[in-house]
Amino acid sequence: MFAMLALLLMGCGDPTLSTLLPQGEVAKSQYSLMVLSLAIMIFVLLVVFIIYAIVLVRFRQKKGDDSIPEQVEGSHTLEILWTAIPIVLLIILAVPTVIHTFNVSAKEKAGKNELSIKVTGHQYWWQFEYPKDEIATAQELVLPVNTKVHVELTSADLIHSFWVPSLAGKTDTNPGDHNKNYMWLDTGSKTGVYKGKCAELCGASHALMDFKVKVVSKEDYEAWKTNFKSATAKSADQAQGQEVFKKNCLSCHAIGKEGGSTGPNLTGFGDKEKIAGILDHNKDNLKKWIRDPQKIKPGNNMPKLNLQDDDIEAVADYLLKMKLENK
Amino acid sequence: METNQRLTDDHFPENPEKATLDGKNKFLGFWLFLGGETVLFATLFAVYIGLRDNHMDGPSAKELFQLPTVFLATMLLLTSSLTSVYAVLALKQNKVKSMIGWFLVTLLLGLGFLGLEVYEFIEYVHEGHTFTKSAFSSSFYTLVGFHGGHVLFGCLWLVTLLLRNWNRGITLTNAPKYYLFALYWHFVDVVWVFIFTVVYLMGKVG
Amino acid sequence: MSTLASHSKKSGLMDWLTTVDHKKIGILYLVAGGLFFIIGGIEAMFMRIQLFKPENDFVSADMFNQLLTMHGTTMIFFAAMPLIFAFMNAVVPLQIGARDVAFPFVNALGFWLFFFGGVMLNASWLLGGAPDAGWTGYAPLSTTSLGSGVDFYVLGLQISGAGTLIGGINFLVTIINMRAPGMSFMRMPLFTWTSFVTSGLILFAFPPLTIGLFMLMFERVFDANFFNPDNGGNILIWEHIFWIFGHPEVYILILPSFGAISEVVSTFSKKRLFGYSAMVFATVLIGFLGFMVWVHHMFTAGLGPIANSIFAVATMAIAVPTGVKIFNWLFTMWGGKIVFSTAMLWAVGFIPTFVMGGVTGVMLAIPSADYQFHDSYFVVAHFHYVIVGGVVLGLFAGLYYWYPRMFNRVLNETLGKIHFWTFFIGFHLTFFPQHFLGLMGMPRRVFTYLSGQDLDDLNLISTVGALLMAVGTIVLFINVIISTSKKYAPSEDPWNGRTLEWAIPFPTPEYNFAQTPLVRGLDPFWLEKMAGNKKMTPAEPVGDIHMPNGSILPLFMSIGLFVAAFGAIYKSILVGVIGLAITFLCMFLRSVIDDHGYHIHKKEVEEDMKEGRS
Repeated sequence: MFAMLALLLMGCGDPTLSTLLPQGEVAKSQYSLMVLSLAIMIFVLLVVFIIYAIVLVRFRQKKGDDSIPEQVEGSHTLEILWTAIPIVLLIILAVPTVIHTFNVSAKEKAGKNELSIKVTGHQYWWQFEYPKDEIATAQELVLPVNTKVHVELTSADLIHSFWVPSLAGKTDTNPGDHNKNYMWLDTGSKTGVYKGKCAELCGASHALMDFKVKVVSKEDYEAWKTNFKSATAKSADQAQGQEVFKKNCLSCHAIGKEGGSTGPNLTGFGDKEKIAGILDHNKDNLKKWIRDPQKIKPGNNMPKLNLQDDDIEAVADYLLKMKLENK
Repeated sequence: METNQRLTDDHFPENPEKATLDGKNKFLGFWLFLGGETVLFATLFAVYIGLRDNHMDGPSAKELFQLPTVFLATMLLLTSSLTSVYAVLALKQNKVKSMIGWFLVTLLLGLGFLGLEVYEFIEYVHEGHTFTKSAFSSSFYTLVGFHGGHVLFGCLWLVTLLLRNWNRGITLTNAPKYYLFALYWHFVDVVWVFIFTVVYLMGKVG
Repeated sequence: MSTLASHSKKSGLMDWLTTVDHKKIGILYLVAGGLFFIIGGIEAMFMRIQLFKPENDFVSADMFNQLLTMHGTTMIFFAAMPLIFAFMNAVVPLQIGARDVAFPFVNALGFWLFFFGGVMLNASWLLGGAPDAGWTGYAPLSTTSLGSGVDFYVLGLQISGAGTLIGGINFLVTIINMRAPGMSFMRMPLFTWTSFVTSGLILFAFPPLTIGLFMLMFERVFDANFFNPDNGGNILIWEHIFWIFGHPEVYILILPSFGAISEVVSTFSKKRLFGYSAMVFATVLIGFLGFMVWVHHMFTAGLGPIANSIFAVATMAIAVPTGVKIFNWLFTMWGGKIVFSTAMLWAVGFIPTFVMGGVTGVMLAIPSADYQFHDSYFVVAHFHYVIVGGVVLGLFAGLYYWYPRMFNRVLNETLGKIHFWTFFIGFHLTFFPQHFLGLMGMPRRVFTYLSGQDLDDLNLISTVGALLMAVGTIVLFINVIISTSKKYAPSEDPWNGRTLEWAIPFPTPEYNFAQTPLVRGLDPFWLEKMAGNKKMTPAEPVGDIHMPNGSILPLFMSIGLFVAAFGAIYKSILVGVIGLAITFLCMFLRSVIDDHGYHIHKKEVEEDMKEGRS
């Protein structure tokens, strides 16, 4: 029956988004509990539905039958039976439930072999920090395969919830230092790009607060880190774009070591999967975003800058050329 | 017998507040209401206990509270509870004048308590402990203020009750009303005992 | 002075505004609740139309958040709650053989407070935008939400919450003090029992909400710091307080529905309820456990594995008494002679639907798995299975069953069955796919979803289902309108009833029972009929019947608070003071004017009895 259930649930949905196609260990253990509980529950449903079907077929009022059925008060045996059996079933479920609850719960400090990441929710984007490497990026969390990741969660404004269905269940990001949360995420053995979502209503663009988890090989991960640290805001062939960026964007957005941190860090912007976490990564979409960010993500904190068309053009070119390269 | 007739000593029931179905209903309903009020104050206490240490750059509980004033207020309220007991005893013996007298003393003591509380709050505000200062100040004023609001409501209720029934003696209609007021007053008093302990004593010690 | 009033028929607008009769208040609750049910339903339809395809732009993101907030708040507080109070009012006093509730005046006040709370909340649509922080109003989203929407939410709920609380106390006292001779606790019909437990839950669950709303209001209007982390506040306090109220609230809704199902299943199987005492015990246990499980709404909030485990096991435990109820219903039907009236159809539809909502509830109780389920469409599916599949199907069963008692009319059975099948199929079509949407990674409360995530087909099916539910609801309203025709007058004892509310003629006399009946066991009317009696045995001789006077004060007290709430929202001290002054003046008048009601004379009662009117 387990196999049948698993088969039934497999192949449901987008393989980079569905909880039914788990990739990392955390999501897999959660999936196993889902299957166990579903199996027990389907057993319960079957029992109820069978009795239900018998009752509805056998005990209809027949035409012309005016007799009064026996007024049964109850049955102690039956009562005990349908109290005891559910209790047994629940104990079967409760034991692994408690074990798993303790197993998936992360402590405040990361373990020795765990990669430590700090996640901060913002309206409506995600900041990812790698404290050991002093890297702060946004919207795309780059992680090596086969790694247990210790995640510290907090928020810059209000409650969000960090969810990568394929890799691990969600945990809220609470504002305030005393309400920090911790969770584990396991990257699994496959490289790939997984979809992440905000799961707690956080304002108008809650639905658009998507992010990506890019699981890459260990070598690629190391290279990415090195390149990220050496990246700068300088661009030889995009002088106009660089100028526009410096004047209008740098106070909020950082590239390399320069710039503010109110908005997402744009280092390596040219390599990103999406614009603003949701649009396809191309120049048209980037221009659309710069022209009127509120139209794409209502209620976000980036103002409409009222740039000239050629400035928008230049800064879009500049940003799209910002790729991480070996130097 | 009509329920708004002045009761005489010959026909005086043992529990005039519960002698009619209406009285019984009010009696039970009010007890249930106090049950709900208990949960209401329990919630306020829980919030206060959760936030009382977060005074930010305002004064802490230890720096702020002046026990002598609070102790005096406590004594006033405890005494008023006692005088309301005397009033109810008088009610049950059909001694109208004595009952009104004790209720008046209760009222005065309650007003005295309110006066002290207002004075206390004004002092605190002068020391920078304003409502918007910190989580501690917000939860303090909400808890203690809710209680103060209950005392104020009780005073207004008692005034209405006394004015309305000044010349009517004790009837089957007003006996439950007097009785419920006394119940309410005791409840407010018990809440204060908890406030005195949890807010003031524990604030001074811890 | 009480007066001997003539037993004249009352009608007209003034009567409805001043009535303190539980039967009329029941109708008021039903009509107002039905109105808000339609409003909440329209909001739901807008949301489903927005979601029928990816990246749709039928409504804006901001509007969608208002819709989802208003849909949840309206359906829970202003549709489900009043509909439950409608049946409690219409049925409980009759089931226990009483002439009215313990506090008829308070009963009217409870209704008007609820009503003006609902009007308050919905007024936000016209006054700058509805609340947009979800029905759960989590801080700091609710404390920082711009505009006045959330203020309307806070004050609307505060006013209606006060009405609900006094309503709960009223029914507790009524059931404890006003039962007819012989109606011991263990002879009370299940609907009365569930109303009793629900009233108890209201008494202990609503005060935390009151405090939570006060805090939220202080935070928004007076800059308090309960939930502001920058000034030492803690956002989790709101979550705790809301769910300490919110979880019992779910049982407040479902228990009376269980009660209605118990009555309907027993009546249309022509059998007494199987395991009556187990049913009563299960009801009480569910009510009790309802206060111990609130943290399962907060598994992802980060309270740690110990809290999560304790609350997980406590939550699972609720499955046991609930299961007992399900099996008792099944075995009530077992061996019976089931008549598939429309009311019974709803009850029969309720059982498997609610079981499905129940089993997903157990799945959600597993914290580790809940990290995947939480705040996804899986949860949306779950709570619609228990609240629509449980509460609403139960209420519809109750509506078809008690409609003759409330309105002196029966609903058309054919239309009723069309209503059932469209609504029932539409319901499953809407919400069954949502389980999978959640598992496939769709978060809840999203105004849109991007294409290319395999979420399109199931969302489309869900919207089609919602349309079908809307069709079903329209059929119900046609049915209600048709039933006003005299053709639909009920026959005497239309369902071969078992409990006291069927022992009196149609229409229900103003004083309910000419003589208080003597109760000789569970299902007292059935027992008398089996013993060959046509009527209940009276427990008292015919005499004058004392009745309470109507009063306009409850209406004005509520209007006063309604006005004062506007003062709070628009920070006008004058308006606030005027509003509170109206309310306090009414309270003062109520306090100083002795109102002893009036008597219906023995002769009139005897006349009624002779002519079969009572």
